[in-house]
Amino acid sequence: MATSTFVGRSAPSDDKRWRQVDVRMRRLGYRPDGLIEVLHTTQEVFGYLDDDALSYVGESLGVPPSKVYGVATFYSHFTLKPQGLHTCVVCTGTACYINGASALLAAISKELGVQPGATTPDGRVSVLKARCLGACSMAPAVVIDGEVHGHAVPARLVDVLEKL
Amino acid sequence: MSTDGPDGSAPVRHGRQPEPLIPDGPARASANVCQAAGCLSMGSDQLFETLRAAVLARGLHDVAVRRVGCLGLCAAGPLVEVPEQGRLFERVHPGEPKRTEDLVSSLAGETVAGRSVAADPFFSHQVKVVLERCGTVDPERLEDYVATGGYEGLSKALTSMTPEEVIAEVVRSGLRGRGGAGYPTGLMWRTVAKAEAPEGKYVVCNADEGDPGAFMDRSVLESCPQQVLEGMAIAGYAVGAHRGYVYVRAEYPLAVKRLSSAIRQAERDGHLGPEIAGTRFNFQVEVRIGAGAFVCGEETALIASIQGGRGTPKPRPPYPASSGLWGCPTLINNVETFANIPSVISRGGDWLNTIGTERSKGTKVFALTGAVTNTGLIEVPMGLTLRQIVFEIGGGLAEGRKFKAVQTGGPSGGCIPESLLDMAVDYETLAAAGSIMGSGGMIVMDDRTCMVDVAKFFMDFCREESCGKCLPCRVGTEEMYRLLDRVTTGMATRSHLAQLEDLAAMVRATSLCGLGQGAPNPVFSTLRYFRGEYLAHIDDHVCQAGVCPVPAGPPAGATEAALAGTATVSSGGRP
Ligand SMILES: Cc1cc2nc3c(=O)[nH]c(=O)nc-3n(C[C@H](O)[C@H](O)[C@H](O)COP(=O)(O)O)c2cc1C
Ligand code: SF4
Ligand code: FES
Ligand code: FES
Repeated sequence: MATSTFVGRSAPSDDKRWRQVDVRMRRLGYRPDGLIEVLHTTQEVFGYLDDDALSYVGESLGVPPSKVYGVATFYSHFTLKPQGLHTCVVCTGTACYINGASALLAAISKELGVQPGATTPDGRVSVLKARCLGACSMAPAVVIDGEVHGHAVPARLVDVLEKL
Repeated sequence: MSTDGPDGSAPVRHGRQPEPLIPDGPARASANVCQAAGCLSMGSDQLFETLRAAVLARGLHDVAVRRVGCLGLCAAGPLVEVPEQGRLFERVHPGEPKRTEDLVSSLAGETVAGRSVAADPFFSHQVKVVLERCGTVDPERLEDYVATGGYEGLSKALTSMTPEEVIAEVVRSGLRGRGGAGYPTGLMWRTVAKAEAPEGKYVVCNADEGDPGAFMDRSVLESCPQQVLEGMAIAGYAVGAHRGYVYVRAEYPLAVKRLSSAIRQAERDGHLGPEIAGTRFNFQVEVRIGAGAFVCGEETALIASIQGGRGTPKPRPPYPASSGLWGCPTLINNVETFANIPSVISRGGDWLNTIGTERSKGTKVFALTGAVTNTGLIEVPMGLTLRQIVFEIGGGLAEGRKFKAVQTGGPSGGCIPESLLDMAVDYETLAAAGSIMGSGGMIVMDDRTCMVDVAKFFMDFCREESCGKCLPCRVGTEEMYRLLDRVTTGMATRSHLAQLEDLAAMVRATSLCGLGQGAPNPVFSTLRYFRGEYLAHIDDHVCQAGVCPVPAGPPAGATEAALAGTATVSSGGRP
């Protein structure tokens, strides 16, 4: 596959995961307006969108690189950098804000020594913000590696983070 | 197998799930286990399996164990309702066997436990139109929807009404858009129906639900997706469209999954797709997933996003009703608006018209959260007072705290003080009070909340979400944020406050889209009702709520800073 003769259309590497991206593009008929859908799939399989991925998707759909980059950076859901081994998502939606999310986020940032949106230098934990995790009734809410922690208090969370 | 939601939200299961237990004859008792996002995040999927196994093990052959959508009292999850006994079981955590045992013995008819639903003001004040089937049908079973009258509205429309008759019924109902602006739905439909469309028309359901901390649309999609699809298909028939899109935010993986499964089932049984109800009408629906941009809830930005581009708004006119998706006439309505439609058609517009106030008809769904005892999802008739909502349905303030304000309308809305609690909730009254109906977020605040900090919180949101296309919003939200930050850190003078007010008026008047136009609203409304709190920060360096880091002492530094000038222009927003 890496030696395909369709220059500009062959996957950036022979990583099998590109097949999933190819399937998605084929289903969408390689239409340029499927760009966001394809970026979703690409990020789902690779975890983030690197330059190779962006140019491959752009060339395959016939979308110029400036537009692909423009779309990938416009939407906060897309990330151009790899995430840490663990993720800690702090909700900063209104219900959580009212119930003390700011203090929680500050405590976590301090404990890990990273700003929200960043990953610890050792690549262990990414601290992320979300607008609403759908657990408003348990505000403030934090999701660590997919597990929801409701009515979160700083001390308990720091505990959980230390044990990761 | 399970995967995380895109932002790490509650995991969504994709594997095969155990079937519900449904007795051959009528059920003597049913355990309806909530499987919406709130309860799922507390382990209600595991609870379902535990309960199913327990009922099987006890040999209770006439007991049903079913999955249902949101039961409303989300804070008390995982929730199980036993409708035959009128009882609700709260906090049935799968890790606490005692609670499951109580429930099972109640199902067996040995004891009567749980919270009685009939006399509870949380339930008795509610009127369910949109949420009629939320918490009673299995969100993933089309059969349940059809068994409770689902798709009767669509088949009535297709087989016995002309498109114009359908529109007339919607006009007669008095229904107005539930996504925020409150535009009369029937009139919007008529405009799209009349538009010339050589290349077809589209129906779009706006499920972007950008208001952070609001979850009405999400709950509807997770609890009864078929009702929204039926509303869209009726709209398609009325306006002459054969294709529809649902634009759902990426943060709602479960809603996307249930919606996609609902579409497949509806197509399989001929409620969507070609030749619906044996007529020549065909209608197809596709799901499009957003990617985390609040501005994409704005209709022109939403269209740009569905077409695969950056979601930046465009000046209107042209309105989507004449030129929307790919330049074709496009009807855009909110999830809740569509969810009203099946009843309007099957029961008639006059029926909905009897609920509500003079100019606001029907009901409104709210996500009641914050410092209130009963947080959750509610549906009330228009015209109920805020006091009834907060103190009767909501059960008053949690921990016996003192009420301060209730916020409606999210980042474009406002805060309503105690003195206005007896106000009726409808579009006009809320607007007159300086807030908006909005999409249905309702956040109760107690005396530990600082109103300046609230204004700053929403401004922070708006400056991050500003798409950057127009200057007043891009620079104005950033500047207003700085000024508010000055107030909360004790660095502001009264002239900063005057600057803030001028700037807010300018941004409201000159921004291109509703995001910028609405961004100053939280500032205006907090200044209108809580000006004293601003002044306490500025003059006395006091934050009454004890939230802001205002340094004690005379505001000398603030005066100096004022002389140095603050209105430095910066470019915020997105690249
Ligand atoms: C910044 C902004 C965000 C919006 N977000 C939403 C939203 O999340 N959901 C929604 O239904 N409408 C939203 N709207 C309103 C829509 O533009 C549009 O008015 C609505 O979808 C029309 O449907 P309705 O008449 O049924 O309310 C938003 C508007 C603006 C300006
Ligand atoms: S008002 Fe704000 S969000 Fe709307 S177009 Fe202008 S910059 Fe973009
Ligand atoms: S606002 Fe935090 S979970 Fe909804
Ligand atoms: S999510 Fe279970 S009651 Fe609302």
